[in-house]
Amino acid sequence: MDRRATFKGTWIAAALIAPQLVLVFIFFYWPAAQSLYWALTLEPPFGGGNQFVGLQNFEAVLSDKLYWNSVRVSILFAVCSTSLTLIVSLMLAAFVDRRLSGYQVYRFVYFWPYAIAAPAVGLAFRFIFAPDAGFVSAINKAFPNLWNPALDGWDAFILIVIANSWKMIAYSFIFFLAGLQAIPRTITEAAAMDGAGVLRRLWDLQLPLLAPTFFFLLVINITESFVDSFGIVDITTGGGPARATDLMVYKIYSDGFKGLDYSLAAAQSIVLMTLVITLTFVQFRYVERRVHYK
Amino acid sequence: MIERTPILDFFTHLAMIIGLVLAALPIYIVFVASTHDLPTVNQVPMPLTPGADAWKNYATVWTKSDFGTKFLNSFIVASLVTLGKIAIAAISAFSIVFFNYRLKMVFFWLIFVTLMLPLEVRIVPTYAVAANALSPVEGLANLILNGPANLLAFVGLDGVARAMPQLAIKLPEWNLLNSYTGLILPLVATATGTFLYRQFFMSIPPELVEAAKMDGAGPLRFFKDVLIPLSRTNMAALATIMFVYAWNQYLWPLLITTKPEMTTATMQLQKLVPGPLFGQPPVWNEAMAGTLIVMLPPLLVVVFMQRYFVRGLIQADK
Amino acid sequence: MAEINIKGVRKSYGKTEVVHGVDATIANGEFVVILGPSGCGKSTLLRMIAGLEDITSGTISIEGKVVNTLEPRERGCAMVFQNYALYPHFTVAENIGYALKVAGVAKAERMRRIEEVARIVGLETFLDRKPGQLSGGQRQRVAMGRAMIREPKVFLFDEPLSNLDAKLRMQMRLEIRKLHQRLAATSVFVTHDQVEAMTLADRIIVMNAGNIEQVGTPTEVYERPGSLFVAGFIGAPPMNLIEAKVSDGVASANGLSIGVGSSAGPAAMIGIRPEDVLIGAGQPYQIRVEFVEKLGSIQLLHGQFAGRDFIVQCAATEAVRQGETIPIGIPDGRLHAFDAKSGARLTTSLTGARQVPAAAE
Repeated sequence: MDRRATFKGTWIAAALIAPQLVLVFIFFYWPAAQSLYWALTLEPPFGGGNQFVGLQNFEAVLSDKLYWNSVRVSILFAVCSTSLTLIVSLMLAAFVDRRLSGYQVYRFVYFWPYAIAAPAVGLAFRFIFAPDAGFVSAINKAFPNLWNPALDGWDAFILIVIANSWKMIAYSFIFFLAGLQAIPRTITEAAAMDGAGVLRRLWDLQLPLLAPTFFFLLVINITESFVDSFGIVDITTGGGPARATDLMVYKIYSDGFKGLDYSLAAAQSIVLMTLVITLTFVQFRYVERRVHYK
Repeated sequence: MIERTPILDFFTHLAMIIGLVLAALPIYIVFVASTHDLPTVNQVPMPLTPGADAWKNYATVWTKSDFGTKFLNSFIVASLVTLGKIAIAAISAFSIVFFNYRLKMVFFWLIFVTLMLPLEVRIVPTYAVAANALSPVEGLANLILNGPANLLAFVGLDGVARAMPQLAIKLPEWNLLNSYTGLILPLVATATGTFLYRQFFMSIPPELVEAAKMDGAGPLRFFKDVLIPLSRTNMAALATIMFVYAWNQYLWPLLITTKPEMTTATMQLQKLVPGPLFGQPPVWNEAMAGTLIVMLPPLLVVVFMQRYFVRGLIQADK
Repeated sequence: MAEINIKGVRKSYGKTEVVHGVDATIANGEFVVILGPSGCGKSTLLRMIAGLEDITSGTISIEGKVVNTLEPRERGCAMVFQNYALYPHFTVAENIGYALKVAGVAKAERMRRIEEVARIVGLETFLDRKPGQLSGGQRQRVAMGRAMIREPKVFLFDEPLSNLDAKLRMQMRLEIRKLHQRLAATSVFVTHDQVEAMTLADRIIVMNAGNIEQVGTPTEVYERPGSLFVAGFIGAPPMNLIEAKVSDGVASANGLSIGVGSSAGPAAMIGIRPEDVLIGAGQPYQIRVEFVEKLGSIQLLHGQFAGRDFIVQCAATEAVRQGETIPIGIPDGRLHAFDAKSGARLTTSLTGARQVPAAAE
């Protein structure tokens, strides 16, 4: 813990931090608290006071088959997309880190997908993977009806996984690359002197030293898959077919804003919020411990 | 590279090229699709060379979707979010790192926690607040004023509670629907920038602060003369991230704007498709033209700012 | 120009006290060096004078005014930091002139003074460079220029030469000395290097573990060390120390004896500096040379005497070989004696005589 030099002036400090605190209160804490309030009460559709109903909303939510479907889909989506993303981005980072000729070009281009909005990604992939246009459906000429995300739930699922991963690979790639480049060159050289070849060094040296980055990205990716996926789903599958891609965040939107059932949406929001907070919390704890080992 | 590994290098190159294709291909396809006419684009598979209808498609989709207005909106929102985020992050991080007061860590954690919950996860209540932005202040004030009464009622002393004067503050209703403020403020409220700035400020050597003190500079002087110039790389990285983030916002603008003249470019993508996959297919060449137009600004920002961005991230990562 | 008065100053971090009640007076225009090992509290003391650390108890006055509650800029001190602490994005000119800019001095006046100072420190051709483009010595001079331009009452130096290589350090020592002669400002210089202390100081304050061990001129501190600590710290190679017993007011060991007065404890340490040990045929004691260090003009002979490590310094021209046993003499007139338990000085017999008594007991 190094000595920090500070200024005197509590009023100035308070004034400086006030804007952010006010904003955070109005747009984060109050809505979060209100969400809890709504989840625990029933709002009459025509106004008037809310009635405290305890965990009734939660019971309704948790006993809804459709809800569990969306949970299942969300978790599967998170697992598939995150695995795909982390494996591919790690590989790409390891390749680029070798600094073969032209590596700057690769580093430059690999990052671009991050800049593209989720719905744009969704639309692009919707075209590429469309059942009646694009490219992939060329397979259907040889094997009729093999690929049809409009009808086949699994095809639709694969579509959104690929779209999401494409974007997240770009983001994760940069962090992995930064992590690899933070490994001091002297350590790599020492390992080479010890007789370890490129692949050996990757396994014994670079991967373990990347562990903090890995866990950080693990949680970022999982969180993003719960959150950023909305844009993709809305543009491509709308939750279908037959709710095969009905992610939790999408369901909240359709229940709350299309179905106008705020209490239900609020209860679902609380569950989703708890899930996300737990994940982030777990990561920070775990990473803290790992990082301290250094 | 330490040793000579020609075979491994070959495969590495191969893999990287495949990666390059996979990264760039979708963008290329979108571009090509936007240059064909409708029958060509609906061919399976679509030809990979650009067609001749580029300008026609762009012009059509631009006017049909009124992209002029939408772009302006997106640009205003993204710029103001970026500026707001940077300004607030800088001063908040400054307060946390360079001052010492008792509630400092409390405030820090209060802000830090917001990182855990992105906007999409709390759309429902945030929307309610946006409908009446002063309601939290009003609510909190009323809660505090009526606190004793509420507490008494809670423990069952209804009679006593009722006897106490009922205080109520009523603030004017401030509806953020269909307004720039509504589009901008909720996006500025999270802590990403503050966290990055804090990491950077903590890497400033303490002697620099002490030298400034000896030179007679107060905190604000130090902030302006020393911290801001030194954080230029940081700022560039943060500005890029924020601009792209704000421009690409989809769910929140969808909720907060209902009038077409307030919608953003990214939102417009939804209008390009009549329905989900199992509905009627979109007019693909126009849809792809629209996608390309919407994709371009943030992509260009990233391409140009990438030099600063990667450097800033690596610093923050440490 | 100002006198600094330090009265009963203590400093604690939480429950740990690191400076235990320090008193000192630094006269107007004096160059005082606070010397001590790492962690002895010297930097802390300096920073308390500067206003960068709070004073837990006691008072510090500058020019007669108590400054405990004053901000650094209000105290009239300027400081040269160990790590220079230059503003990396300012040019040399901007670095030097920053204090004036903050004080609102007009640009023309500011430029004039910057150029004047730059000439004094020899950096007038570097005014447009940034610190990153300068060498260590040049950066140090910018730091000094920055301090000088404010024409402060007090100059504070926090180990400014530690990061320089040996040759540069010698050069900068001279420059600092010349600067002091020119400006005649009260200066407080902190270092752990006794050579810097001996060459720069008018007076030295020797500190150890939060206490002042001795205050005196370099000569005083060298010839009459006030405690075992000072004796061992000042002088390289360090003073040789031999365990002695005290009886009847005389400390004796191994044939050496020195009168220590009646109030001394039962055990004492007798000290003799390596350069005061005589060698040559006919000297009364013997020592086996275990190791020889040649240092150009002198050589150091390491061995054992009276059960302790012992160093003898002699001219390089003496032909001594490792493993050889040579005769040495310890003149009565060059002995020091310290109380073994408290470390305090009991007496020294420095009379200047460097003759060995004719016959040992």
